[in-house]
Amino acid sequence: MAAGVVIAGAGQAGFQAACSLRTEGYTGPITLVGEEAGLPYQRPPLSKGCLRGKQELDEIDLRPVAFYEKQDITLRMGERILAIDRDARRVYLADGEGLEYDYLLLATGASNRRLAGPGALYLRTREEAAMLLTELEAAERLVVVGGGFIGLEVAAAATALERKVTVVEPQERLMQRAVGPIISEYFRAMHVGHGVEFVFGEGCTGIDDDGAVRLTNGAVLPADMVVAGIGVTPRAELAVAAGLSVANGIVVDDYLRTADERIYAIGDCASFPSRFAGGMARLESVQNAVDQARCFAEAVCGRPRPYDAVPWFWTDQFEAKLQMVGISQGFDCEVTRGDLASGKFSVCYFRDGRLIAIDSVNRPADHLAGRKLIAYGGGITPEQAGDTEFDLKVAAQTIPG
Amino acid sequence: MSLFSRKPKETASITYVSHAGVSQTFEVPVGTSLMEGGVRNGVEEIVAECGGACICATCHVFVDEAYLPLLDKMEAGENEMLGNTLVKRQPNSRLSCQIQVTKSLDGMVVHTPEAQV
Repeated sequence: MAAGVVIAGAGQAGFQAACSLRTEGYTGPITLVGEEAGLPYQRPPLSKGCLRGKQELDEIDLRPVAFYEKQDITLRMGERILAIDRDARRVYLADGEGLEYDYLLLATGASNRRLAGPGALYLRTREEAAMLLTELEAAERLVVVGGGFIGLEVAAAATALERKVTVVEPQERLMQRAVGPIISEYFRAMHVGHGVEFVFGEGCTGIDDDGAVRLTNGAVLPADMVVAGIGVTPRAELAVAAGLSVANGIVVDDYLRTADERIYAIGDCASFPSRFAGGMARLESVQNAVDQARCFAEAVCGRPRPYDAVPWFWTDQFEAKLQMVGISQGFDCEVTRGDLASGKFSVCYFRDGRLIAIDSVNRPADHLAGRKLIAYGGGITPEQAGDTEFDLKVAAQTIPG
Repeated sequence: MSLFSRKPKETASITYVSHAGVSQTFEVPVGTSLMEGGVRNGVEEIVAECGGACICATCHVFVDEAYLPLLDKMEAGENEMLGNTLVKRQPNSRLSCQIQVTKSLDGMVVHTPEAQV
């Protein structure tokens, strides 16, 4: 009898892998092991819908329990894999129980980076989101440390609830790792227009007992509540202990496989070769989790293919839905498409004359066309990108395949 | 949680019919989305990869003509995303995450496409 597939991590990636294995026709045992108690759930609503009052925390499960029964997926929630015995192809749970595997999938995600001292809230889990919502009820003044996606989504949601928000960003512009300067500035101005204040170029050195935030320049910002969104560390400790290669994530090949042919890694924890990044990439997104899960499932079912999906991301802040496709880092030319003042525009990024990424604000058609164009490797010139009369959708449709 | 008012407990009866013709009817709470009503009740033909952000076009449904006029008007973003569904959009295509269930939708029938991804 087959030992089956053991999946370490029941986030979006682990969940999708279990589902896709069944869709692809896998008939062996599937065991999904997740640290948090309760059913696997979606994380995007934690900083989006749930903070805006559009979704509730107890309503974001990925699937009901009956789904797992019907699909014959064994859930081991509230449990944690502590060690891998690669020779025996067995993992050990915290209570010492061993689970044998034919394939082991590491979908262990990432953990939030933390400020040096106590006093801040973080946002990754349903429990942390509940804590944040509870504190938000009584708080009047918030300091958000970190002007990335999570920090800005929290800032926007709290401002919409009429809280006074200051965002502290150590870099000189917002969402610096993900977007170019035009988008950063548009979002800064939009937040300021809604009453958010910013401190750039300073970090947080500590939080006083009364909640006030101390900055690197000596300034003190009074606060009833501090939320930090300052990046993540991939959860690679299992891989490290098992002697697998780790460098900003668990290192995998084109097929998402580690050096051990029975162990794969996907999602936030995996560092994989990406032609879109021009090297190794580690991406934190639903798209990456879902598409890599499918690729893994196909490999297990005897249809391996190199992972080659075009990366895309999104964030919701105030009235702006920002959709990003491709990886803009390293661009040498950015072209604006449409009028910034209209609140509907895109920024197209080029490197060596080739389209590598598009960031779209309330222009989903550009984003969708961009997915095809960038997967294909470009196909339009900077002049065409800047001309709103030039139809990106038509250009995308003419791509072969 | 008192930051946001709890949704009312009223429900509307919604029928989801699969491409293969399997029909399932559920009481879906008013105020939640048609997508959530499907996913929570195990309608596997609704994938909803993005969780309701109108960004993935994997919760595509065909709405029974009689109920189309009762739905909130489609926003531009949904209209554009419908250009990206796997099964080609029809005049009665909608993304189920963008349809809020109201009491007036009681009895509505929606059909799910053959595939979403």
